[in-house]
Amino acid sequence: MKKFKRGLPLTKTSKYFFSGENRAIGPTKSNLSMNHKILFLTIGFLTVLSCNPSLHYSKIEGKQIAITDTLPSSPAIEAFIEPYREHVNKSLDSVLSYAVDTYSKSDGYLNTAIGNLIADGLYEQSNPIFKKRSGHDIDFALINHGGIRAIISKGNITTRTAYEVMPFENAIVVVKLKGEGVKELLEYLAAAKRAHPISKLNIELDKTGKLASAKIKGKPIDYDSTYYVLTNDYLLGGGDKMDFFKKNDTVYVLDYKIRNAMIDYFKTKDTVSPVKDNRFIQLQ
Amino acid sequence: MKRRDFLQQSLAATTLIGLGGLGLQSFTGTTKKITILHTNDVHSHIDPFGPEDGRNPNKGGVARRAGLIASIRQENPNTLLFDAGDIFQGTPYFNYYGGELEFKLMSMLKYDAATIGNHDFDNGVDGLFAQLPHAKFDFICANYDFTNTVMDGHVKPYKIYMVDGVKIGVFGLGVELDGLVDKKMYKETVYLNPIEIAQDMSDLLAKKEKCDLVICLSHIGYQYKDYPNRPSDLNLAKATEGIDLIIGGHTHTFLDKPTVVKNRLGHKMLVNQVGCYGINLGRIDFYFDSGKNKLAKGVSIVV
Repeated sequence: MKKFKRGLPLTKTSKYFFSGENRAIGPTKSNLSMNHKILFLTIGFLTVLSCNPSLHYSKIEGKQIAITDTLPSSPAIEAFIEPYREHVNKSLDSVLSYAVDTYSKSDGYLNTAIGNLIADGLYEQSNPIFKKRSGHDIDFALINHGGIRAIISKGNITTRTAYEVMPFENAIVVVKLKGEGVKELLEYLAAAKRAHPISKLNIELDKTGKLASAKIKGKPIDYDSTYYVLTNDYLLGGGDKMDFFKKNDTVYVLDYKIRNAMIDYFKTKDTVSPVKDNRFIQLQ
Repeated sequence: MKRRDFLQQSLAATTLIGLGGLGLQSFTGTTKKITILHTNDVHSHIDPFGPEDGRNPNKGGVARRAGLIASIRQENPNTLLFDAGDIFQGTPYFNYYGGELEFKLMSMLKYDAATIGNHDFDNGVDGLFAQLPHAKFDFICANYDFTNTVMDGHVKPYKIYMVDGVKIGVFGLGVELDGLVDKKMYKETVYLNPIEIAQDMSDLLAKKEKCDLVICLSHIGYQYKDYPNRPSDLNLAKATEGIDLIIGGHTHTFLDKPTVVKNRLGHKMLVNQVGCYGINLGRIDFYFDSGKNKLAKGVSIVV
């Protein structure tokens, strides 16, 4: 392949010479002139030593080598990693709070204890920051059910728990939505019938599954007003097809990761005992 | 030029005068072997996966990779080691140390160069810059223009290595950042069309610099089945000429073996990627036969 794709460097005689194409020097010329030419070329070559004869590979071998436990580990690398590993593990295993029960995102239909815990926790951690920066209160929170990646087990809640439950690097944003956008948001939730975690928002669906009523902080929604909605940057970007977040007036970036906010929240609670409640229900 | 090559060539020249231009074909019969090792998308996976892991039990681990690389270097000192990006993000090591440990370990493993992946912007272009003092290897990327960022001057479009007299040109390519990385993270980094840049680089390295081997370190992805026209390693290979090997990343593609692709001139070349998380090491050996008449035989590819 290679040998055909690059033209012979005809302008560089020394290189040409050394590529083994001696026939091209010219068999029709006399011996005398040929010898002269060779001598000339040789001197030329010796004075331009950086001109390497071009090299051409004749064979390629390719393979993939699996890194498995049968390979010997480098003790020097092991020793170098160890203090880092120790510090990370110690920090990950540091106890933040205590869970009185085991909480899973599958324990509930339209709302779950673990989802309520996270949505309420994010609201509690974010609202003071948002208020300080914007002068407004956050009206309600909505994140995605799929963002909860593990259970919280009964017992100690550690930093590792927070990493397991929220491995993604998503950050908190506050989106200013018009009443129209809030309406779309409610219709989305009514149609999805999934326990997307919410806080400060109450939704009732009728027996047929249609939106019956909704309240923000216990008050009826004014669709002519605007609302400040806490969510994450994944949903703002159109994740889970929550496209209503794109129709916002303003986005406030808090520079606060979801996981870090929850770690900070757990630190403020000696124990957590969240419950499934009536924030999002379907009337029977 | 190495002294050995000088002697070899001087001797050849002297012999030539004596023989009057005859018997040139056999002036060197030595075969040179260049070994290229590579990883991609290691994503901060420093420790091996545990025995309980559902997908990759007991696989990966930097200390084991170090042992393997050391034994390969012992077997062939003419070895280069590259990474195709996404060094960062994936374990708490990154969250705690911001990439410091990843760069320090890659330096200890004597990586020669890495290209830049989208996740390497996860702490922003400033976060990447902050870790540069820990990296004793080069960052190579030809299609990100860092001019108006802190990374300006710290990323080379390409680098040329002389290994055992073989001239090896390596250039890097990054994936489109818009839609993948928050603008506030990559800031004024400008993404340029990788296919066009790749041909420019290949012309420069193969024709102007006369490299014996041209390697592309790519983080643009192996292939996009749902978006067949998106720039990818397979599309890049088919649309260009002069590249001998594309070392890929981004799509976490596990291949049974390196893919042999025909470039736009119909010449065969290799595209490889080794999955992710440091589970595999790619190894490509090139055998150079400097004495061979270059029009005589084709290249045999054994994968």
